[in-house]
Amino acid sequence: MTRPENIQIETSPPISDEIRKTTCYMCACRCGINVHLKNGQVAYIEGNRDHPVNKGVLCGKGSSGIMQHYAPSRLRAPLKRVGPRGSGEFEEISWDEALDIAVSWLEPIRESDPKKLAFFTGRDQSQSFTAFWGQSYGTPNHAAHGGFCSVNMAAGGIYTMGGAFWEFGQPDWDRTKLFVLFGVAEDHDSNPIKIGIGKMKGHGGKVMGINPIRSGYNAVADDWVGITPGTDGLLILSIVHELFRSGKVDLDYLRRYTNAGFIVNEAEGPQKGLFIRDKDGKPLVIDQNTGKADAFDKPGVIANLAASHDGNRTVFQLMAAKYLSAEYAPEAVAERCGLTAQRIRNIAAEFARVAFEEEISLDVEWTDWKGEKHDKMIGRPISFHAMRGISAHSNGFQTARALHVLQILLGSVEVPGGFRFKPPYPKPVEAHPRPHAGVTPGKPLDGPHLGYPLGPEHLLIDDEGKAKRIDKAFTWENPFSAHGMMHMVISNAHAGDPYKIDTLFLYMANMAWNSSMNTGDVIRMLTDKDENGDYVIPHIIYSDAYSSETVAYADLILPDTTYLERYDCISLLDRPICEAEAAADSIRWPLVEPDRDVRPFQNVLVELANRMKLPGFTDEDGNAKWADYADYIQNHERRPGVGPLSGFRGKDGSKSGRGEANPNQIQAYIDNGGFWIGHIPEEAQFYKPWNKAYQDWAVEIGLYDSPQFYAFNLYVEPLRKMQLAAEGHGETQPPDNLRERIKRTMDPLPIWYEPFEDSNVDVSEFNVHALTQRPMQMYHSWGSQNAWLRQITGKNAMYLPKKIWEKQGFEEGDYARISSVHGSIVVPVALHEGLNDQTIWTWNAIGKRKGAWALDEKATEATEGFLLNHLIHELQPPKGDGMRWSNSDPVTGQAAWFDLRVKVEKAVPKPSEAQPVFPPIKSPVGKGPKVVARKI
Amino acid sequence: MHPAPSVIIFTSISGLGFGLLMWLGLGIPDFYGVASFGVFFMAYALSVGGLLSSVFHLGNKKNAIYAFSQWQTSWLSREGVLAVITLLVFAVYAIGRIFFALNLPVFGYVGAALALLTVFSTSMIYTQLKTVPRWNMAINPVLFLTYAIAGGALLSMQPTVAGVLILLVTVLQWAGWIMGDKRLLDTGSDKGTATGLGAVGKVRMFETAHTARNYILDEMVYHVGRKHSQKLRIIATLLIGVIPVAMLLLLPASMPMAIAVLVIHLAGVFTSRWLFFAEAEHVVSLYYSRG
Amino acid sequence: MTKLPQETRKKLGLVIDLDTCVGCHGCVTACKGWNTQNYGAPLSDIDPYGADPEGTFLNRVFNYEIAPKDGGPSQTVHFPKSCLHCEDAPCVTVCPTGASYKRVEDGIVLVNEDRCIGCGLCAWACPYGARELDRDAGIMKKCTLCVDRIYNDNIPEVDRVPACVRTCPAGARHFGDLGDPDSDVSKLVAERGGFDLMPEQGTRPVNKYLPPRPKDTLDKTPPKALETVAEEPTGFLGWLDKALERL
Ligand SMILES: Nc1nc2c(c(=O)[nH]1)N[C@H]1C(S)=C(S)[C@@H](COP(=O)(O)OP(=O)(O)OC[C@H]3O[C@@H](n4cnc5c(=O)[nH]c(N)nc54)[C@H](O)[C@@H]3O)O[C@H]1N2
Ligand SMILES: Nc1nc2c(c(=O)[nH]1)N[C@H]1C(S)=C(S)[C@@H](COP(=O)(O)OP(=O)(O)OC[C@H]3O[C@@H](n4cnc5c(=O)[nH]c(N)nc54)[C@H](O)[C@@H]3O)O[C@H]1N2
Ligand code: SF4
Ligand code: SF4
Ligand code: SF4
Ligand code: SF4
Ligand code: SF4
Ligand SMILES: [Mo]
Repeated sequence: MTRPENIQIETSPPISDEIRKTTCYMCACRCGINVHLKNGQVAYIEGNRDHPVNKGVLCGKGSSGIMQHYAPSRLRAPLKRVGPRGSGEFEEISWDEALDIAVSWLEPIRESDPKKLAFFTGRDQSQSFTAFWGQSYGTPNHAAHGGFCSVNMAAGGIYTMGGAFWEFGQPDWDRTKLFVLFGVAEDHDSNPIKIGIGKMKGHGGKVMGINPIRSGYNAVADDWVGITPGTDGLLILSIVHELFRSGKVDLDYLRRYTNAGFIVNEAEGPQKGLFIRDKDGKPLVIDQNTGKADAFDKPGVIANLAASHDGNRTVFQLMAAKYLSAEYAPEAVAERCGLTAQRIRNIAAEFARVAFEEEISLDVEWTDWKGEKHDKMIGRPISFHAMRGISAHSNGFQTARALHVLQILLGSVEVPGGFRFKPPYPKPVEAHPRPHAGVTPGKPLDGPHLGYPLGPEHLLIDDEGKAKRIDKAFTWENPFSAHGMMHMVISNAHAGDPYKIDTLFLYMANMAWNSSMNTGDVIRMLTDKDENGDYVIPHIIYSDAYSSETVAYADLILPDTTYLERYDCISLLDRPICEAEAAADSIRWPLVEPDRDVRPFQNVLVELANRMKLPGFTDEDGNAKWADYADYIQNHERRPGVGPLSGFRGKDGSKSGRGEANPNQIQAYIDNGGFWIGHIPEEAQFYKPWNKAYQDWAVEIGLYDSPQFYAFNLYVEPLRKMQLAAEGHGETQPPDNLRERIKRTMDPLPIWYEPFEDSNVDVSEFNVHALTQRPMQMYHSWGSQNAWLRQITGKNAMYLPKKIWEKQGFEEGDYARISSVHGSIVVPVALHEGLNDQTIWTWNAIGKRKGAWALDEKATEATEGFLLNHLIHELQPPKGDGMRWSNSDPVTGQAAWFDLRVKVEKAVPKPSEAQPVFPPIKSPVGKGPKVVARKI
Repeated sequence: MHPAPSVIIFTSISGLGFGLLMWLGLGIPDFYGVASFGVFFMAYALSVGGLLSSVFHLGNKKNAIYAFSQWQTSWLSREGVLAVITLLVFAVYAIGRIFFALNLPVFGYVGAALALLTVFSTSMIYTQLKTVPRWNMAINPVLFLTYAIAGGALLSMQPTVAGVLILLVTVLQWAGWIMGDKRLLDTGSDKGTATGLGAVGKVRMFETAHTARNYILDEMVYHVGRKHSQKLRIIATLLIGVIPVAMLLLLPASMPMAIAVLVIHLAGVFTSRWLFFAEAEHVVSLYYSRG
Repeated sequence: MTKLPQETRKKLGLVIDLDTCVGCHGCVTACKGWNTQNYGAPLSDIDPYGADPEGTFLNRVFNYEIAPKDGGPSQTVHFPKSCLHCEDAPCVTVCPTGASYKRVEDGIVLVNEDRCIGCGLCAWACPYGARELDRDAGIMKKCTLCVDRIYNDNIPEVDRVPACVRTCPAGARHFGDLGDPDSDVSKLVAERGGFDLMPEQGTRPVNKYLPPRPKDTLDKTPPKALETVAEEPTGFLGWLDKALERL
């Protein structure tokens, strides 16, 4: 017998024929990947060590990308609906026919009334391009999914400090000593957060997780604060109260870099609450040295926070008056937050201790916006990150604001050890565009669809106050809906309110399933017919790459490729892959040819534009400017010298940021591993909004055309302008039924109010909060088509806290009926002890429709798995006056998914399947194989 | 452990076969010629059939020949080797008796010893496993051997001897069950030692690694309810011992009766073997079970 | 051959940090991907798109909750588990064919697929559930410690670590020679009090686990309480004036 030392194994086998480097698209984190090919086929995917985002690592999704690429659910050819909507009965057609059909619907309405097209894109990574298309087409009805996702976070951040958490900033992982996470399960910054937490723990830092649920990041957190949902704003403002009470705020930072020293007009009248300004319109501060009122940004001026001007106080004094009030004392809020007063005091003390007693200082010289030279960079090593746990509530905008204000009071934004922006942020709200909805038949829209209103004058309403957009974004109902409101499109289009549309064009959004706030209702609306027997929404075009639930509800399917088969551009014009130290962008490129009759969606948009001769896509001679998306990526210029990709610009590829188009730019990216990175100079690494070196660098690489210095907005004047209107000032007036709400919720200083659902439903009956969390290894609904991932999470249970579990005598294997005011579901339950005792939760988007995703109709996803969405609704239950408010944040329109209130009852006998059950849809791609053992 | 029919059949039938061989080796019953062909045929059919059945359990039969190679360390290998040698030794003995009316008692005695060793090896395949505390007890080899000898006695038509042995098996089996019930506890293994987190506090499963099935779950995390297993123990007791002994004592000896006793006893053996697997807790279940 | 070596020249293994593992399953799918394309038969999935899928994985991540003895809030721990490459590996000695063996040069426990009969006994003998019989190939599968990566001249030197270690975003997996007391992994184990799983089984695992650091200490050892400078706005203004002067 061979002895083990004599057994020969090959320890040095060849791995693959070739490695191609591109960008992962198993989620929006956009890590760099090395794709190994064997015999021209994808064999293995690993992380790209040189890549700025992931530095070589990959998460569970990224590492299983190969199974997405080979998924049997991939669509195979354009489809024309032949059965009724929702049946899943289709006929495969040619691309020519598909494009003809699309043009035959799109062209006539463009000539007559472009707003009859609603073009909404979901988890789109080419937003600057799709928006450009929408703008060229001329419809005001375009947005991506941000409105139901996290616009509270984005808008709260932009209005307060010219940048948000999200993908737009990150902690200084190397130096931070306390990292505080509010309401995050996974987020877009998926691998960087994981890398960061690992790094922090390695150097002895601590993590605090503020979350009703202890799992994932909150499980590894050193301290877990199991807060009651919807009350973070209260907790934060109580911490702010403690900081004011003890004077633990960074006064020097506040007076130099924020509007804490701005003088607020306190006289009654139309100017009340606005800043007092000089004749150039610049807000005034009282200079500490001269005692005189001067423009806030004048060189040499340092604001005196304690001063007053004609009896008008500074922002900082207004804050002290507000937050020192007893209503924010820990004792007053603790119970509501599900915490003890002592715990809140300890948290505040810990924040202050880390910020001020662990101060760090880097010996780096820099020059500030007023020309003052500093020989050090002072750091406050406490950093924060937050996401949908605070933003997906109807008080989320103000809560996000409160959190940013807390960070600023601690002096921990854009400083060593604190939170840092990633280019193109910081970018003040003024530097963002305003929203546009000026429609002219046959012509492009008068400007970008989305933006940040600075007052009532920027709302998109007509003279009667009627919404110009189908989703009613930028109206009095949600004035600062900076990302649009995708969750309202289908219900508004169905109701014909504010008007009827002709074609609904969707891309990459599973609106007939997990993306809708109420799935059953949306399915009803998509299939509803008018008195003539025609569908209420006449045409639906959809682009998906896979056999998702929504495919069944479209009339025309434009099948996309997988992420390894197409060009993509992750651009500084929308959501780039930058790090705090560097600007960076990246591409995807076709590593392999599709084996099906599918086309990249962006190419299809170019083709549609060319057929319709859309202005942005057509030159003066009427010829198409771009053959396809790759051509556009390389040759389109937004502003002279600035295009979708920042790297390797100039004829010879030697320029970064600005430069003429380079005909070999994409190849240069490919040769560089699929990305480009441009480092920020050392003296420009921190204090970016006020750092001359940074601003010069930003102008140089084309992030903007002139320096954009600004002060952080503790006090947000545009909010006050909306309040003034509600108080009766100004020409643009809100409807009377909204006045009180606007006055209350659009406070220029952060406030907390009860989530709307808490006031609209009987909380003694619906006595628990119900949440979802993203599983780290699943991306929304698409994970289930992945044979590896679906084995990890192929069904979900409703997790109940011990209190409910024991009180109602639940046992393993039991089902419960979970009801909200909108409906009920009957689902499997399980115990989770690390859970706030007023909260239940489940994994998001595991439940699947029978027949979708090329899964067996008896797949556990469809028999035991379930969606929480059946219990949610895009509208609140009717109020006393019969009006139904949208279930959204009143400022931004952000969908309030997590306001949901439910009751829990044991379901006896338990059903044979989780309820509700929808009839199966016919799979347009058949079913997957019985065995997979693929060795290439 | 998953009570796979192939292993239940393997251990029960081959045990019976080698038990019978053991008696035949001792010259009981002392048959020659055709009569002896009958009993040898039965013994070979049972032992070889049992062994073949175990082959069904294999995922990759084409390498089966290698299974004889590791007799120095592996009980499974030893069992294979011993079974083959036993059958070869008995072949000489049987050929002598069947074809030449020749008794070769040395082969008989050596064969009988080998048959017992084979059964012992079979038992050691299970007994050696520390991971299955219920199996990892000295009484298990004793039980396997007693089962084999008792069954062999029945087959070799020795009602009295068989009766006594069957009673002994029944008593031993109860002892085995009772001892087994607290074996897992005795090992000191629990979720705390399995995860190493016991020092922090009481450990419970929150989410299993995969919601889908896997080999470990199918094979090792089988669970029978307490009530169910108590019921089966009583049934097994009745079938293995109580009813056969009563029949042997109370009914006049006859061929049909002997067959009936045999069948009933066999049913009992299968039941107890089913329990042997189904009740056996593998320590890996500590990683998988809730509670 | 299934006799265990007296001593192996190295004790290569993994050290898994239960304090940092966030439970992302990256190591699970990276392992599945690598080992499907490399050593031996591919790791199969049976009924992968059906009602009852069952696939072979060499590494799985469990989730446990702990109710702390001191009464603090319940803790959640993500718990990755693969073969521990035991020094006294019972899976090796039970193997009838000699397919299972422990390498003398580095202590890696492997299955020689040209020998394995798929009898499953080794999986029975393993206390940790670290071996899975592949239903398609009928062969026993287990973690190879990526023996075809760690010595592989065809990949860059930095990448000569197991696939799961290379991919782990949280840096919760470490690889090295646990037989060398001066190796990084040995030092880490010593520093953090690394432990064995089920030591009472006598398997002497090479892989070690690092315990979670003490949790929820804020209220037990609170920071110094914040002192009041002012209870109401007027007092605050007075304080502010002085504080600004001091700057
Ligand atoms: N793996 C994976 N990654 C993803 C996605 C995915 O599907 N899978 N989706 C991407 C998308 S589109 C998005 S929008 C992001 C979202 O990323 P996350 O914001 O991490 O989204 P959720 O999983 O919804 O997690 C919300 C968290 O907030 C907590 N929470 C809920 N209500 C409250 C509250 O009132 N207070 C506090 N403090 N916490 C609360 C929940 O317990 C949960 O932990 O993730 C992105 N990344
Ligand atoms: N209960 C509850 N519901 C929620 C949330 C929640 O927290 N709780 N979160 C909400 C949030 S924040 C979001 S962002 C949404 C996300 O929900 P969705 O926008 O529905 O996201 P996905 O399920 O990922 O669906 C996107 C669609 O894109 C398709 N797709 C994937 N890759 C490609 C591709 O390469 N090309 C094309 N053309 N299509 C592709 C997928 O097949 C899928 O049908 O869910 C929302 N729904
Ligand atoms: S976080 Fe994971 S899924 Fe998302 S891009 Fe990175 S590797 Fe891919
Ligand atoms: S963990 Fe299990 S399979 Fe690995 S060496 Fe130890 S006993 Fe063998
Ligand atoms: S399954 Fe293979 S490796 Fe395991 S004991 Fe049997 S022959 Fe040996
Ligand atoms: S070392 Fe290799 S085989 Fe073992 S678990 Fe890690 S990736 Fe899998
Ligand atoms: S990859 Fe790392 S963090 Fe993720 S589950 Fe595995 S060990 Fe844990
Ligand atoms: Mo989202």
